[in-house]
Amino acid sequence: MTEPALVLEEVSLVHGDGDESITALDHVDLAVAPGEVVAIVGPSGAGKSSLLAVAGALIAPTSGAVTLGGTALAGLNRARLTELRRTRIGFVFQTSNLIPALTAIDQLRLPLTFGKAEAPRDPQELLEAVGMAHKAKRRPDQLSGGERQRIGIARALVTRPSVLLVDEPTAALDRQRSQDVVALLARETRAHGVATIMVTHDHDVLHHCDRVHEMIDGKLGVPAPR
Amino acid sequence: MFLALREIAFARGRFALMGSVVALIAILMVLLSGLSVGLVNDGVSGLQRMSATSFAFQKDVSKDAAFSRSLIDREAVDVWARQDGVEEAAPFGNALVNGKTDHDVAIDLALFGIELDSFLAPRVAEGAGLSGAPDEVVLSATAAEEGVKVGDVITVEQTGAQLRVVGVLADQHTFGHVDVGYLPLRTWQEIRAGVREGDQVPDRVYREITAVAVLGEDVDLAAGDKAAGTTSMTTKQSYGASPGYTAETSTLQLIQVFLYAISALVVGAFFTVLTIQRRPEISVMRAMGAKTAYLVRDSIVQSLILLALAAAVGVGIGLALGAVIGSTPMPFALEAGPIAVATAFLVALGLVGATVAVVRIVRVDPLTALGGNR
Repeated sequence: MTEPALVLEEVSLVHGDGDESITALDHVDLAVAPGEVVAIVGPSGAGKSSLLAVAGALIAPTSGAVTLGGTALAGLNRARLTELRRTRIGFVFQTSNLIPALTAIDQLRLPLTFGKAEAPRDPQELLEAVGMAHKAKRRPDQLSGGERQRIGIARALVTRPSVLLVDEPTAALDRQRSQDVVALLARETRAHGVATIMVTHDHDVLHHCDRVHEMIDGKLGVPAPR
Repeated sequence: MFLALREIAFARGRFALMGSVVALIAILMVLLSGLSVGLVNDGVSGLQRMSATSFAFQKDVSKDAAFSRSLIDREAVDVWARQDGVEEAAPFGNALVNGKTDHDVAIDLALFGIELDSFLAPRVAEGAGLSGAPDEVVLSATAAEEGVKVGDVITVEQTGAQLRVVGVLADQHTFGHVDVGYLPLRTWQEIRAGVREGDQVPDRVYREITAVAVLGEDVDLAAGDKAAGTTSMTTKQSYGASPGYTAETSTLQLIQVFLYAISALVVGAFFTVLTIQRRPEISVMRAMGAKTAYLVRDSIVQSLILLALAAAVGVGIGLALGAVIGSTPMPFALEAGPIAVATAFLVALGLVGATVAVVRIVRVDPLTALGGNR
């Protein structure tokens, strides 16, 4: 197995302190290799989004270590973390969260305006790869939920991240579109050697994933048999 | 710029609405500026076009009515002439009178009594200058608008004195919104004293003047005042002594200050609302790795585009309106300098308002981009 792109070791995240404290993540260990799709399932409030936030350098864990492509996140300053998010991490959000003012093609160009990217993917080709080239000039309000999610995935991939963090991508989609979107995620992950973590409620899409972990009360279970 | 321009294009309705508010403020600024300059011209252009650098009035005269209240003995002229740095000192008389021409045109005049051989003697553009005859008067160019021309005879209502219009000056010379008429000092002294034809004139009348007009760059006014027993002001300070000048200009300045404040607040409020509304997308962009500086810069560029375009449109419309107003008798004059300064202030304060508003971006937490539980 190749070197994992993302490693979480003994990661805990506690909100608040004393009697009021809530343990969002409880000694989580997770390693994701390039080209691998890992699904995290579990009830609401189990800490799935917290896992993405910690893995995505949005919040520092209370204890434990997060290592991204060999770089430990602990001790990095905000500017460096922002830089890492821009260059190494791609986010796909629940409802795609596209920028209302931008056309599909501009959604993909936007991350490239945040700063210099190493070998970015061509927005036009990427739009073709996710099957949206024919709607390049449409704005989010002129697209369906599935189409928006495809563009959201393309936007996350345009900077060639090593890690893709996907938050409930099928929450707003019907059955068929959910299958298409997750299949697209899995295909891109494998074709470009991205390490993908997908948080989901949707058990029908798990067959696209390499591993499935269940998360309950901040604890990450061992991979469920498939 | 990438995002700024696209968001303006996307929310063009909102930006147009906001822009028209700024443009309306800019129109108002231009008109106010024109009115200010016009009122200043009407109030003190007669003084502005005199070469005197300062005036020495009666000791302790009230500063805002010095020209109408002051009365001094002309011996002060000689005292001032001897002061260091004074090139010339000349007697100056000032009085506001009502008159009527032989064509029955009523005209108010600010009479400036001067000695013909002094540096205050005016240069005429039309007709002849003062030749020394006691009944001659030279009027401001604006008197023509009232229907007074060379050759007319003006009867001063207060004394019945008759003045022949022999010449007209090149530009607007007004004082306290009234046309200036230059006339020989002796004639002025008689009119001021209320001397009627055939009256016995006491000698002291011919010694009375309003002020000493002083010409000279580095004059020690305090020393001159001490020597001559006068209270002096520079010509600029003396504008405040023109009737109504301070009240008019300070009112307009107050309105302008309020307009700047309104512009800053309105633009600030707009960008506050816009930023709050954009919070979800801002948190997404921050999660994606956009630096705060990128987002703040983007919003400030946006406000700069908005302000600059709106101000340009507003100033353009204001200038067009001003040209129309300028052709009416209203005291109105457009000058590039004050308008440029006012526009710069408008844009700058609008930017301040926008900057204060978009600093909110700093407080948007990228974590909120992730849905579900946190």
